[in-house]
Amino acid sequence: MTSSRFITALCAAAAAVAAIFAPPAVAEDTVKIAYIDPLSGGGANIGEVGLKTFQYLADSTNAHGGVLGRKLEIVPYDNKLNAQETLVQVQKAIDSGVRFITQGNGSAFAAAIEDFVNKYNERNPGKEVLYFNYAAVDPVLTNDKCSYWHFRWDANSDIKMIALTNYMKTRPSIKKVYLINQDYSFGQSVRAQARKMLGAKRPDIEIVGDEVHPLLKVTDFSPYVAKIKASGADSVITGNWGQDFALLLKAAADAGLQVDWYTYYAGGAGGPTAVKQANLPDRVFEIAEGVPNDPYEPAREFEKAFRAKVGISNFYPRAVNQMRMFVRAAEEAKSLEPVKVAAKLHGMNVTVLNGGDGFMRADDHQFFQPMYIAKLGPLGKDQPFEEENTGWGWKTQGRIDTKDTIVSTSCKMNQPS
Amino acid sequence: MLELVTISALNGVLYGMLLFLMASGLTLIFSMMGVLNFAHASFYMLGAFFGFQISQMLGFWPAFVVAPVLVGGIGALVERYGLRQVHRYGPVAELLFTFGLAFVIVEIVQMVWGKGPADYRVPASLDFSAFTVFATNYPAYKVFELLTAVAIFAVLLVVLTRTRIGLIVQASLTHADMVAMLGHNVPRVFMLMFGVGTGLAAVAGVIAGPALVTQSNMAAALGPILFVVVVVGGLGSLAGAFVASLLIGLVQTFVVSVNLSVADVLSRVGVAAPAGGILLDVWNVTVAQIAPIIPYLLLVAILIFRPTGLMGTHAR
Repeated sequence: MTSSRFITALCAAAAAVAAIFAPPAVAEDTVKIAYIDPLSGGGANIGEVGLKTFQYLADSTNAHGGVLGRKLEIVPYDNKLNAQETLVQVQKAIDSGVRFITQGNGSAFAAAIEDFVNKYNERNPGKEVLYFNYAAVDPVLTNDKCSYWHFRWDANSDIKMIALTNYMKTRPSIKKVYLINQDYSFGQSVRAQARKMLGAKRPDIEIVGDEVHPLLKVTDFSPYVAKIKASGADSVITGNWGQDFALLLKAAADAGLQVDWYTYYAGGAGGPTAVKQANLPDRVFEIAEGVPNDPYEPAREFEKAFRAKVGISNFYPRAVNQMRMFVRAAEEAKSLEPVKVAAKLHGMNVTVLNGGDGFMRADDHQFFQPMYIAKLGPLGKDQPFEEENTGWGWKTQGRIDTKDTIVSTSCKMNQPS
Repeated sequence: MLELVTISALNGVLYGMLLFLMASGLTLIFSMMGVLNFAHASFYMLGAFFGFQISQMLGFWPAFVVAPVLVGGIGALVERYGLRQVHRYGPVAELLFTFGLAFVIVEIVQMVWGKGPADYRVPASLDFSAFTVFATNYPAYKVFELLTAVAIFAVLLVVLTRTRIGLIVQASLTHADMVAMLGHNVPRVFMLMFGVGTGLAAVAGVIAGPALVTQSNMAAALGPILFVVVVVGGLGSLAGAFVASLLIGLVQTFVVSVNLSVADVLSRVGVAAPAGGILLDVWNVTVAQIAPIIPYLLLVAILIFRPTGLMGTHAR
C-alpha cells in the first residue's frame, strides 16, 4: 500500500518535472529567425532599430496567418560587434534549432557568418542553415567570398558608390572632396571605390583627404573635423554609420564646418538629429532603397503603419523585401526546409516595397532594386514624414532604375546538386 | 597649418581638462584607499544621465548643480555601505567590488534609459559661438566646459592645500591612524572623499554629456583611458593627474592630424615599399590611424621606464 502510494507520488512528481522542462507547445510550432547584431555597446542603438523592424515584420506576417500556418519568431542574439562572439551566437542559435539567420551590421562579422554557414552546411547535409544579410554591404560577400547560402538584400557598397558618384558628377560646385571612413573592410572598400569612381567620372575633383578611424570607438570627432576644415574640402564622402555618423556631424556642427555630405547612412539612429543640430538643411545626401516621402502610396501606407506601431521611421525597406520574399519562397516551395526555400529565392523576381522591380540575382545572390538619392531638409507640401522629430525629412533627388544598378560579379557559386 | 595647430591645441586642452575632472577623483580615491575604483567611469556616466534627466525636468543649470550632488551622495553611500564592509577582506575584494559595481551601474542605466543615445542637448543659453579663430567657430559650450574644469581644479587645489579640511584629508592619506588618534573621524573623511571624487566625475558627465554622446557605453569608452592618465601621472598624485590629462588630451588630438606613415619616412631615406602582403599594410598605416592606441603605448613605456609615473612618489 505504502509502496504503491509512493510510486504514485513519484509518477506525479516526474510528470510535474517533465511539464516544467518540456518546451511550450507554441514555441515548437514557430519558425525561428535568429537576429544576430550588436545589442550592447557602441552599435546597440542601431542593432535595436533592426530588431524592432524585424519584430514588426514578424508580427504583421503572423497577423495574416504566418508562414504555411506557422508563426514567425525573431530570436535576438547579441554579437557585441565582435567576430568571435558572432560565431558563438550563431552556434548557439543553430543549437537551439534555428535554421534561418539574419544579420546586417558590420561586413567583417557578415564575412565570419558566411564562412561559418558554408562550412556548417557542407558538414551537415540535410540540416542546412540560410543566412539573410540585410545590411552588410562589403562587395566581397557576393564576389570572391560568395556563397549559395548567403542572400544579400541591401545594395552593395559599389552599387551605392556608383549612384552617389553619378549624382556628384552633375554638381559642378564640387571641387575638393574629403573621404572619412571606418577602419574595417567596409570603410576601406568605400574609400577605394570613391577614389576610383570619382577619378573616372570627374578627374577634375581633388581628393584632399582620405581618413580612416577606429570603428565605433571615437567619442570626440573634433580633431578629425579640424583636419577636414584645414583641408579646404567642400564635400565629404562617408560610409560611417551609427554613432560614428552622429558624432562626426555633431563635431562638425560645433566647429561650424559648412560642407556637403554624401553618405550611406545619414538616416540611421541619431543621424537626422545631428544633421539638424549642425544646421545643414539640404546639404546632407543619402543613398537608399527607399525614401518615405516618395509619392508611392503602398510604401507610404506601410511607413505610416510602421511609425504608428514602432515609433521610429522605417530605416530598412530592404528588411521588408527580405521578409516578404522569405514568406513567398516558403509558400511557393510549400516547405520551410532551407534548401527548398533557397532554391525559390535563387533568382526570384518581385515588386519591391518602394515600387519598381527587384530580383535576387542567381549568379551571386545579390538583390537588385531601384535606388534613390535623397537630401535631408525642411519639408514641403505632400511630404508628411519627418525624421526623429526634427521637422526635417528626406526628399528624393534622383532615382536610379534597377537596370542601371547592375554591377558585374566575380562569384563562382557552388550550387548544391 | 597654424589654424589646425591652434584648433587642435584648444581641443586637446579641453579634452585633457575633462579627463582631469575624472582622473582627479580617481587618483584621490586611490591614494586614500589604495584601491583603483573600476566603477569611476560609471559615476561619470551616471552624472551624464542624471544631468540629462534633470535638465529635461528643471533645465540645464539646476541639473549642473543637482546631478553631481546626487551622484556624489550615491558615491558616499557606496563607500559607507559597500566598500567599507568589503574593506576587511583586503584590496582584492575591494577591487572586485568596484569591478562588479561598474557592471551593475551599466545594467541599471540600460534598464532605465535604454541602450540608445539620450537626446541630451547643449542648453540654448550656451548654444552660440564664443569666438572665431581662422574662420572656425569655437562654441561657447566648449569654453564653458573648459572654464568649469579649470575652476574646479583651482578650488580643489586651494581646499587641499590651504584649508583645515584639506590638511586633515592630506594627513589621513598618509597617517590615518595618527589622525584618528587626534580625534578626527577618519572613516567619515574617506566617505566624504569618495563622495567628492564621484561627484567630480559626475560634473564631468553633466558637462560632457551634451558635447559627446550620452549612452550606456560611455563609461566603457572612457574607463581605460582614465587608468592610463592615472598611471602615467603617478598613482595618487593630483599634480601628476593634471599633467598627464593634458598630455594625453593633446597627444590624442594632435596625432590624429599627422598623416605620416612608415612608407613616407623610409622612402625619404631610400627604402622602397615591399611588394605586397601584410608588410605593405603596415607600411602604409599613418600615425593618424593608430591614434587610439598611442595613449596605451605611452602607458607601457611609462611602466617600463618610470613605474612610479611622471610625478608619483612611490611605486605600489
